[in-house]
Amino acid sequence: MAKSNVTLTSEFLKGLWKENPILRMVLGLCPTLAVTTSAINGLSMGLAVIFTLVMSSLIISLVRKIIPNEVRIATFIVVIATFVTVADRTIAAFYPEISKALGPFIPLIVVNCIVLARQEAFASKNPVGRAVIDALGMSFGFTLVLLVMGSFRELIGNGTVFARQIMPLSFTPWMAIALQPGAFLTLGFLIGLANWINAKGKKI
Amino acid sequence: MNKSLKLVVVLTGTALLSGLILAALNIYTAPRIELNANKVLSEAVGYVMPAKKTCDVKVINDVTFYIGKDDKGQVIGVAFVAEGDGFQSRLRILVGMDPDLTKIINIKILAQAETPGLGTKIETDPTNKTDALWFHKQFSDLPVGAAITVVKGKEADKSKLQIQAITGATITSKAVADIINTAIEKNRAIYLKKVK
Repeated sequence: MAKSNVTLTSEFLKGLWKENPILRMVLGLCPTLAVTTSAINGLSMGLAVIFTLVMSSLIISLVRKIIPNEVRIATFIVVIATFVTVADRTIAAFYPEISKALGPFIPLIVVNCIVLARQEAFASKNPVGRAVIDALGMSFGFTLVLLVMGSFRELIGNGTVFARQIMPLSFTPWMAIALQPGAFLTLGFLIGLANWINAKGKKI
Repeated sequence: MNKSLKLVVVLTGTALLSGLILAALNIYTAPRIELNANKVLSEAVGYVMPAKKTCDVKVINDVTFYIGKDDKGQVIGVAFVAEGDGFQSRLRILVGMDPDLTKIINIKILAQAETPGLGTKIETDPTNKTDALWFHKQFSDLPVGAAITVVKGKEADKSKLQIQAITGATITSKAVADIINTAIEKNRAIYLKKVK
């Protein structure tokens, strides 16, 4: 592990672009496709993942030296599941509307590969500070893409963003974008765009 | 420490700790979550029977009836949950009716996960600028001597128990009418036999 020559800032920034979980690593696509029907859904899902990922990375990094290698995955999953349940119950108790909109996708963060991947690839091998910074970067990168996708699909599919009318009233909502095909199309174009920008950057 | 013993201790310890945290959290959030659910339901019961002051809950043959009464204790309406399959999800509809179960007062969609932008219009229709609730309001004050039918492409005639379908969501619209028809027929028999 290259530890000393990577600054904390770049550890954070890599999650936003260079190793963005959705655009570059193409992880955690199930919630990405399913919940980004509106901006608020995408944002709430992102916030739940930020909480889960940061807390799990913190705990796993703290106890990384006492977890035996043979049961590490089982231990990660128990820790992740605990925080996901905390997030799920808290949302259900205080924000019943959001809980209803996100339905089963909050409990399903348990099997979101981003969370497990960061424990296995990073938190279990790095000191606490670095692990938390990495988790923050990764989950912010995830949230950012969810927010962009949610806003775009809500704008085109419904003419609004965060339930606020943006498009002129004469605009006919392009329903397909808010439906399942739109999720795949939007994600495809976003990944394509990210690849294009990267390829262009390399030439210069 | 013996290696396999360490595996057992670490995993058991993690699971125990996790269980402890979740149990504590549950004690704190469970009443709140129940409160939220009850609030949603009681608001819905209030919506489908606007004239009620108090409400009795009676379970007959596994069907829960919400019996609304005015301040003199007179029964002014009965509400129950009608449930069935829509186009792609389970629909739960609260139906408020007069005490003889001959006329619908109001209905309220409690749960649905239909096609966003099409089937979801049974709950609210943001594209209808005059009344976003137009679809389920069609059921309000509808006398139900016979079955409710769904029409599309022409004006619905309320005196013939017709409901205008949502464009692009005919199956969902029809499902709502069918679920209500079935539930009324079934519950009318149960309720009038046991309570009247």
